[in-house]
Amino acid sequence: MLRPRDEADVAELIAASTCALEPVAGGSKRGIGRPVEAERLDLSALSGIVDYEPAELVLTARAATPLEALRQALGAHSQRLAFEPPDFTRLLAGAGEPTIGGVLAANHSGPRRITAGAARDHFLGFRAVSGRGERFKAGGRVVKNVTGYDLPKLLAGSWGTLAVLTEVTVRVHPAPEHERTLLLTGLAPAAAVRAMTDALGSACEVSAAAFLPGRGVGLRLEGFVPSVRARAAALLALLGEPDGEWLLGEDSRRFWSAVGAVEPLTAHPIVWRLSVPPGDATGVLERLAPEDYLLDWGGGLIWIGASEADAQRVRGALRGGHATLVKAPREVRAATAVFQPPSGPLAAVTARLKAAFDPSGRLNPGRLS
Amino acid sequence: MVSLPEPDPAILARRPQIVRALRAIVPPECLIEDALQLAAYETDALTAYRQKPLAVALPQTVEQVSDLLRFAHREGLSIVARGAGTSLSGGAVPAADAIVIGLAKLSRILAIDYENRCVVAQCGVTNLAISHAVAARGFFYAPDPSSQVACTIGGNVAENSGGVHCLKYGLTTHNLLGVQLVLPDGEIVRLGGRHLDSGHYDLLGIVTGSEGLLGIVTEVTVRILSRPPSARALLVGFATTEGAGACVAAIIAAGIVPAGLEMMDAPAIHAAEAFVHVGYPLEAEALLIVELDGPAAEVDYLLGRVSELAREHGASSCKASASETERLAFWAGRKSAFPAVGRLSPDYYCMDGTIPRRELPRVLRAIAQMSERYGLRVANVFHAGDGNLHPLILYDANQPGELERAEAFGADILRLCVDVGGVLTGEHGVGIEKRDLMPYQFTAVDLEVQRRVKAVFDPAARFNPGKVFPSLHRCAEEGRMHVHSEAHRSAGAAERPAGAPGRGEGAGRFADLPRF
Ligand SMILES: Cc1cc2nc3c(=O)[nH]c(=O)nc-3n(C[C@H](O)[C@H](O)[C@H](O)COP(=O)(O)OP(=O)(O)OC[C@H]3O[C@@H](n4cnc5c(N)ncnc54)[C@H](O)[C@@H]3O)c2cc1C
Repeated sequence: MLRPRDEADVAELIAASTCALEPVAGGSKRGIGRPVEAERLDLSALSGIVDYEPAELVLTARAATPLEALRQALGAHSQRLAFEPPDFTRLLAGAGEPTIGGVLAANHSGPRRITAGAARDHFLGFRAVSGRGERFKAGGRVVKNVTGYDLPKLLAGSWGTLAVLTEVTVRVHPAPEHERTLLLTGLAPAAAVRAMTDALGSACEVSAAAFLPGRGVGLRLEGFVPSVRARAAALLALLGEPDGEWLLGEDSRRFWSAVGAVEPLTAHPIVWRLSVPPGDATGVLERLAPEDYLLDWGGGLIWIGASEADAQRVRGALRGGHATLVKAPREVRAATAVFQPPSGPLAAVTARLKAAFDPSGRLNPGRLS
Repeated sequence: MVSLPEPDPAILARRPQIVRALRAIVPPECLIEDALQLAAYETDALTAYRQKPLAVALPQTVEQVSDLLRFAHREGLSIVARGAGTSLSGGAVPAADAIVIGLAKLSRILAIDYENRCVVAQCGVTNLAISHAVAARGFFYAPDPSSQVACTIGGNVAENSGGVHCLKYGLTTHNLLGVQLVLPDGEIVRLGGRHLDSGHYDLLGIVTGSEGLLGIVTEVTVRILSRPPSARALLVGFATTEGAGACVAAIIAAGIVPAGLEMMDAPAIHAAEAFVHVGYPLEAEALLIVELDGPAAEVDYLLGRVSELAREHGASSCKASASETERLAFWAGRKSAFPAVGRLSPDYYCMDGTIPRRELPRVLRAIAQMSERYGLRVANVFHAGDGNLHPLILYDANQPGELERAEAFGADILRLCVDVGGVLTGEHGVGIEKRDLMPYQFTAVDLEVQRRVKAVFDPAARFNPGKVFPSLHRCAEEGRMHVHSEAHRSAGAAERPAGAPGRGEGAGRFADLPRF
């Protein structure tokens, strides 16, 4: 294991390395992706908040800063990460602690993604070391910035295969004064998707919409008290005064952190994550007839719990979108395309991108294949 | 002035053959080759730069785009994509040996999908046409550049355009689900779709804002939103820009995210008021326009909160719109700020840096000093909510030396933006205009990494030549300046310029790393 103390160390280690490296910050997501045969590059020393000015709504931290440390610092100023980073620690039965760099490198976003944007949308800038051992930066520390290519978008979801993030800048948001969730019960999947579509297509500003079979449809409202009250009344009227109950405060928060963490599916050995056009949700479910599932993002995110991976069948059920095998035993991941393989000319573009950043294939080789 | 790329004489010499070949790809009425007609394509909204291209092709289908690009690929010809030509950074200015692909004929809306809350449109559809197409069902497309009646959605993607409402609703990149892209070799690919996020590398993210350097976007899929039931605006005057700046900070700190939060300084207020007569406070040194939208209950409540904050921060006047007509009147001045300022002077030059909000008073003071030093007037409009500054420099191109002075003044402003922790461009793009300033913000390595991304898509660098990236020679030259300035503002910056000796560099350093 290599333990750089800072970015300069990371650069020297990568430049001098003759073998493949697996960048690891908190290690909480090591179980995702094709298994990598590589020496571990332990980034845990690159931790700590570098700059946080609440009035600017921007925070800069070293990449391996634990998410929890960020939450605490933000919480002290009633702010938060709006993309609601999910915690997969239980799902993956993994050890380790999620870090901000890891969340961004995985582009993991929670239920609020449909309205507030993904991790990539809050990722303003970074410093990093490429697979060539070069130290570079991109983006900036302001929200509005079109200077040069938007490399933060490229690095988000690149799983440490292009460059090692050393310092990241994210946009932060004021936490809402109030939240509550309307839990609709007794809905079949098609009716559940319908309700979510109606709610999201309305002016009620629902900030999250999920369906947990057996539990119901959750529709979350957040904001200032007078606003949430008005929107709650509008939502009930829109849905025709449906059967259901309100989850308030902590109950609402617990509901959504469970959705983000995919808690209902933790017992399954195989878990797929499908991003689809929300209108396709029912069709995909019919074609797949999964053992167990839940819907988030108004139907646009389908989580499937299974005992067999069966990638061909899962991907074959999609009419648009992509599927990721988030959880599977090591030997299954070694034999399956964990991430959606790019097709046609995009496969070549993807390979050239990898080579542009990491020509000798040092960083997490094979992990995204 | 920034120099346009030198044309390849061999290509210029082959012009007749090239034009003949293009004629075989697009119908005759879709090919422009005579000098008079080409003049319409020689510049964009940064009119100081002009260059007629070899020819202009106006494809009617994506297949024609693909065939054009295949031909150009085979022949080693440069390509400049063009939407409506409203770029303010010279992004659509042609090169002499390039073919301009004008995309105005790809102007159909292909699908309106309320179930998936998106619209699929060809790249030449105007920004406003998308909102219009879904207005009857109460939806809208959020990013609203002031040029929205004219600019194309493809141009918006290429520039990652914003607008006065992007504080709450985001930029193009946040509202874009997918594109059809024709790669420089003519291959047609799709990135994204009607779903969210990418299953592999986020190529959509990198293409957005890539200023026509990576390929031609022929079709887009954008997210549409339900229009908020009500919206009201507040017009707040301040005796000082500091007061206005502090009020903006207080609004943000209170957790309020206005739909729009704009600031204008005294010269901009006066110019706008003279142009639209909507009752802007002429005695104010700074004016805020704060728009709140949502359910009426929320809007009324927040209007109260913001008015209170305005009073606490010493507002000299505060007026809430009482009707939709009045709300639009409040905006009319801001939205026509460019033409309004344009009336004060034969020419104006619009800048577009972003700064951390807290630096606003300091930056405005510095701009006022520069204005005196350069002997050129300036009016400031400012997307105050997100720190995006638009100083408008007034000059007269007919006065010898004034354009150069205006450019030098503009460059000083942008360097100042970088010095205070901001960036060279917030929404107008680097284009040709800010190309040679890139080394001020980025190190040589930073730029090299970006250049490699360019080469992934366009290895022969044929797409939009002379834009965004400084020539290598310039790069080295300005890189030195950068090193200097980096050292100068090193307070807290954990940055060491590439190539500069680092702490403990040399044999000893690597040896003492703990290994397990
Ligand atoms: C009065 C005025 C107000 C403005 N207000 C704003 C504002 O509020 N916010 C803002 O962000 N901008 C604003 N702009 C700038 C400009 O309107 C935007 O940058 C707009 O997105 C450009 O669109 P266009 O269709 O005119 O593109 P063009 O100017 O034709 O092209 C711009 C760039 O995009 C490339 N390009 C165009 N179409 C494509 C395509 N289909 N595929 C690939 N590349 C392509 C071109 O090569 C060029 O580099 C304003 C401009 C004016 C003149």
